[in-house]
Amino acid sequence: MKKPAGSISHVTTPLRAWVQRFAFLLLAAAAFMLMLVGKADTLLVERARTAVVDAVTPILGFISRPVDSLGDLADTMRELADLRAENARLRRENEGLKSWQALAHRLEAENAALRRLTNLVPDPGLRFVTARVIGDPGGAFVRSVLVNAGTRDGVAKGQAAITSDGLVGRVVEVGLRSARILLLTDINSRIPVVVGDGRDRAILAGDNSAQPRLLYLAPDVEVPLGATVVTSGHGGVFPPGLPVGLVSEIADGSVRVRPHVDWAHMEYVRLADYELPGLIEIDSAGPAISEAGGGTGTGPTHRDAQEAQR
Amino acid sequence: MTPTIWTRLDLLARHLFPFGLSVLLIMTGAIHLPVPDLSPIMPSFGLIAVYYWAIHRPDLVPSWAVFVLGLFQDLLTGGPLGLTIIVLLALWAAVGTQRRLLATGSFVFAWAVFVAMAAAAFLLMWLLHGLVIGTMSEPHPAIFQYLTTVAVYPCCAWLFARAQRAVLH
Repeated sequence: MKKPAGSISHVTTPLRAWVQRFAFLLLAAAAFMLMLVGKADTLLVERARTAVVDAVTPILGFISRPVDSLGDLADTMRELADLRAENARLRRENEGLKSWQALAHRLEAENAALRRLTNLVPDPGLRFVTARVIGDPGGAFVRSVLVNAGTRDGVAKGQAAITSDGLVGRVVEVGLRSARILLLTDINSRIPVVVGDGRDRAILAGDNSAQPRLLYLAPDVEVPLGATVVTSGHGGVFPPGLPVGLVSEIADGSVRVRPHVDWAHMEYVRLADYELPGLIEIDSAGPAISEAGGGTGTGPTHRDAQEAQR
Repeated sequence: MTPTIWTRLDLLARHLFPFGLSVLLIMTGAIHLPVPDLSPIMPSFGLIAVYYWAIHRPDLVPSWAVFVLGLFQDLLTGGPLGLTIIVLLALWAAVGTQRRLLATGSFVFAWAVFVAMAAAAFLLMWLLHGLVIGTMSEPHPAIFQYLTTVAVYPCCAWLFARAQRAVLH
């Protein structure tokens, strides 16, 4: 770079260097201040985040369309290759599912009859908003995705995000036309669940690895490998019974769960609006552990029904 | 001869270019790609951008611009606020002390120094992240992201160099 010649530069260059050094220190101090602000005033930070994500959403949405199409094309090519084998497998699966369907119909009727018999308070209605996944900010420290639906589409903080496979995570920030979903694998994610046929309560806690851990299982509970994990509905934020995953690893008291969700093919998610009016005020993001006993999930209601059956 | 309004605007646009390209690259890192397990190891483009421009045009990406880039990345990714800002500013300052050496040295030398500086940056980020959230996270994702970042550095540096030649000269 050319520097301006002349005697003035001898004076201005040290001065400028000094000003630059001062500005740098000021900015570094500001960064540390922001760190503290981020810990203290979460509302302000959240507004800033949603503003940035809202601004970036149209661009990300625009770029992600052709990327998704390319991914679809690759999938289509792969599927065409083993169409026959896939067809045979689906036929077999369909046979099995038909018998399950018959069983489900029978149980549904029985369940409805028992509910009438015991005057059970009906579960609140479920409403779904479907949104496209447009962003995956990535990085080693956060597990979240951005979707292209916000408050104007009826998305609200705390809603559960699911795919056809199972639970994805929960909505933690909502802008006008975008929302951020904290994946259940994130280190900040805590989801009340029930495990296996014993319907033992636990909290599914992410730790940024692919397989989140089960916390607060009762000490006398024996969880088998492959046990199903579903949401418990405790806390009244998530609908009860959403499939989450299977117990995949048990080692020295640490139980890990492999989520059902196919992260690589997660193009669309459904956001479940589960309304429990006036029951619990949701001011922080998601169900807190202290609320775990307070909701009306299927855990207790299911047992009530079973007891009524006896 | 005084420059006309158009030449001034043209100059301004050219001078904003490195910053704009860095923002664009950070946004590119946030695109949802249908590739399994890619997201946690997506390279940190902000780190590469700040390193390159701190060597070649620190006048066009000064410390306040680095601050804004870090803030943008923190707000976009949803990570602890201020974390990326501190790491990017530290990288910018570290490059500043060795700028003359890096600007005149070969490409391989610049890459080798990046390998070392990025390692320090990721270590700092991992430690600060643990400090902020109160528990140390698994180091593996950070190590893998560090490796991909170092691996894509030549591509990004080549892109930046092409852009620099096309727009700023």
